[in-house]
Amino acid sequence: MPKFKGVDYFNIESLLSEEEIMIRNSVREFVSEEVIPIIEKYNRESKFPLELVPKMAELGLLGTNLPQKYGCAELNNVAYGLVMQELERGDSGIRSFVSVQSALVMYPIFTFGSEEQKEKWLPLLAKGEKVGCFGLTEPDFGSNPGGMVTKAEKVDGGFKLNGAKMWITNGTIADVAVVWAKLDGIVRGFLVEKGFKGFTAPEMKGKHSLRASVTSELVFDNVFVPEENLLPKTEGLKNALMCLNQARYGIAWGVVGAMMACYEAALNYAKSRVQFSKPIAAYQMTQEKLVYILTEITKAQLLNLQLGRMKDNKTLRHTQVSMAKRNNCEKALEVARISREILGANGILDEYPVMRHSMNLESVKTYEGTHEMHTLIIGEDITGYSAFE
Amino acid sequence: MKIAVCISHVPDTATKINIAKDEKTIDPNGVTYIINPYDEFAVEEALKMKEKFGGDSEVIAISVGGDNNKETIRKALAMGVDRGILLKDENFRDSFGIAKALSDEIKIQGCTLVFFGKQSVDYDNAITGQLTASMLGYSCIAVVVNLKIDGDKIIAEREIEGGKEVVEAKLPAVITAQKGLNEPRYASLKGIMAAKKKIIEEKQAASFESLTEVIRLKKPAPKKPGRILGTDSSVVPELVKLLHEEAKVI
Ligand SMILES: Cc1cc2nc3c(=O)[nH]c(=O)nc-3n(C[C@H](O)[C@H](O)[C@H](O)COP(=O)(O)OP(=O)(O)OC[C@H]3O[C@@H](n4cnc5c(N)ncnc54)[C@H](O)[C@@H]3O)c2cc1C
Repeated sequence: MPKFKGVDYFNIESLLSEEEIMIRNSVREFVSEEVIPIIEKYNRESKFPLELVPKMAELGLLGTNLPQKYGCAELNNVAYGLVMQELERGDSGIRSFVSVQSALVMYPIFTFGSEEQKEKWLPLLAKGEKVGCFGLTEPDFGSNPGGMVTKAEKVDGGFKLNGAKMWITNGTIADVAVVWAKLDGIVRGFLVEKGFKGFTAPEMKGKHSLRASVTSELVFDNVFVPEENLLPKTEGLKNALMCLNQARYGIAWGVVGAMMACYEAALNYAKSRVQFSKPIAAYQMTQEKLVYILTEITKAQLLNLQLGRMKDNKTLRHTQVSMAKRNNCEKALEVARISREILGANGILDEYPVMRHSMNLESVKTYEGTHEMHTLIIGEDITGYSAFE
Repeated sequence: MKIAVCISHVPDTATKINIAKDEKTIDPNGVTYIINPYDEFAVEEALKMKEKFGGDSEVIAISVGGDNNKETIRKALAMGVDRGILLKDENFRDSFGIAKALSDEIKIQGCTLVFFGKQSVDYDNAITGQLTASMLGYSCIAVVVNLKIDGDKIIAEREIEGGKEVVEAKLPAVITAQKGLNEPRYASLKGIMAAKKKIIEEKQAASFESLTEVIRLKKPAPKKPGRILGTDSSVVPELVKLLHEEAKVI
């Protein structure tokens, strides 16, 4: 396969700094050499490639935008976005791992944790020696996590945790879970460690999507959590939503990588597949599809870049992240499906990455706030009317 | 120990090359440049030696060429090289001219161990390392796939036609790296951020008359179309014979 050269119809690279380009290229090379050659096998076996964790850590992919003090690379947010984009060109499951570790575990410990918690966990998480997960969703509370029933009670020296979480990425392989539970009716964050008595994390089986990622239930049966494992600066659901906002930002960038992989496969295929008298790329209907895909990629890239620049200069609003997540996921799924059409029957084989991306993107469109939730968020912002209830 | 690694800035092996109107240079339009792939092995080995020797060991990346070579130097810095030197010359130099500039600078820096890629994939002369060694009066071991240094004694394994040769030499020395010598590290994100703060010193390369001159670049003749001998197993003996005698690949 020829080396992947990126998709950049509008010379958006000219808007990036030299470091941003180097970072993107380094992760791109890593994905081409370390992720793509093994990912179909893991996807087929429905396993997460744990072997990649130390390699990703060494490259500095975990907690990229957190301070160097904790062993992180301290990148700006555009560079962080580019990392996510390149990872998801490999697979959404790999990007999910990094998203969860970085945005949903390291970020809350960094933002809401005590100095002891930060010093204990962040370097280990950055080195990939410990894996984390984020437990917010429950079997009966998905889009409305505020209704959660997982509960913490104050006991001597700590808290007693009861309840269950579902759909938790990395759950079974995690050493530490950032768990959101109500304490006296207020949502707080707790660090629940592997091995705590009464805590189990069985893996959920039978997924058609994100097969190369671990998804689990978290079950808490009278789990004692010591005082020092409460994230002291959490004071409500909004803290959990702040984490999601970090992760959504990464997803908006990530899915562009999935789109690029699909576009590359579809374009190459269209140029080489001959039907009737010509390559199918020579037919107008195929061209229309390819042009549509490239246009959507270009729009998403520009949306992301401005999103990142606003995040870096601290003018970003969460509703803008919602718009990018909503648009880019929807378009990515559409792009994957159209690419599959271009590949005809071959499109369903795992010899090509397209169907895998298509299946993955079904999850990506749903997690971190469904398409509908982001619609309602932006809808409320522009009209002033909340349409959630 | 002061270690030099000499690196060149070459067109990406994945880009399509077109010859410019003057027929002597390549058309830079749409060409992306990268660090010469063999030089990545050289950088990796230099870094490993630095890690081995420790103390105040230092690795310096040196490149001869135009301003754009800084990109390639930056890549070496991101991999972990300590500082860079650009010997500026926007004009074409042959290998002799490049070796002259490099050896002058290596002398100034006092490097006793020097790494090169075994060849640069732009002009493919595969000679700059050897020339530099000869100008410096250093020993030279080329096309190295395994390297051990103990005190000032070097034991290197080099690839030769159909086998390997083990060579012993003494420092100071020039080593040219072959694929297989090591697994070059990725430029880590921290490395890239740190490279921003590292210094690339720019000096004018002393003017120099090249001994050779490029008169014309030519594209290779287009490949001949393939030949189909047949579609069943009866043609296998004929195929084996042709692969052996005509194509000379088995
Ligand atoms: C692979 C995977 C990994 C995940 N990883 C994690 C994780 O690590 N941590 C975590 O906490 N969660 C995780 N999730 C959970 C994910 O965030 C939820 O699935 C998501 O929030 C949606 O919740 P739900 O599935 O319960 O859907 P529901 O909330 O039941 O929604 C079902 C449908 O109804 C729509 N809907 C709901 N309410 C409204 C309304 N008011 N108006 C209009 N439409 C509405 C939704 O948009 C959706 O289309 C993961 C999910 C998946 C699939």
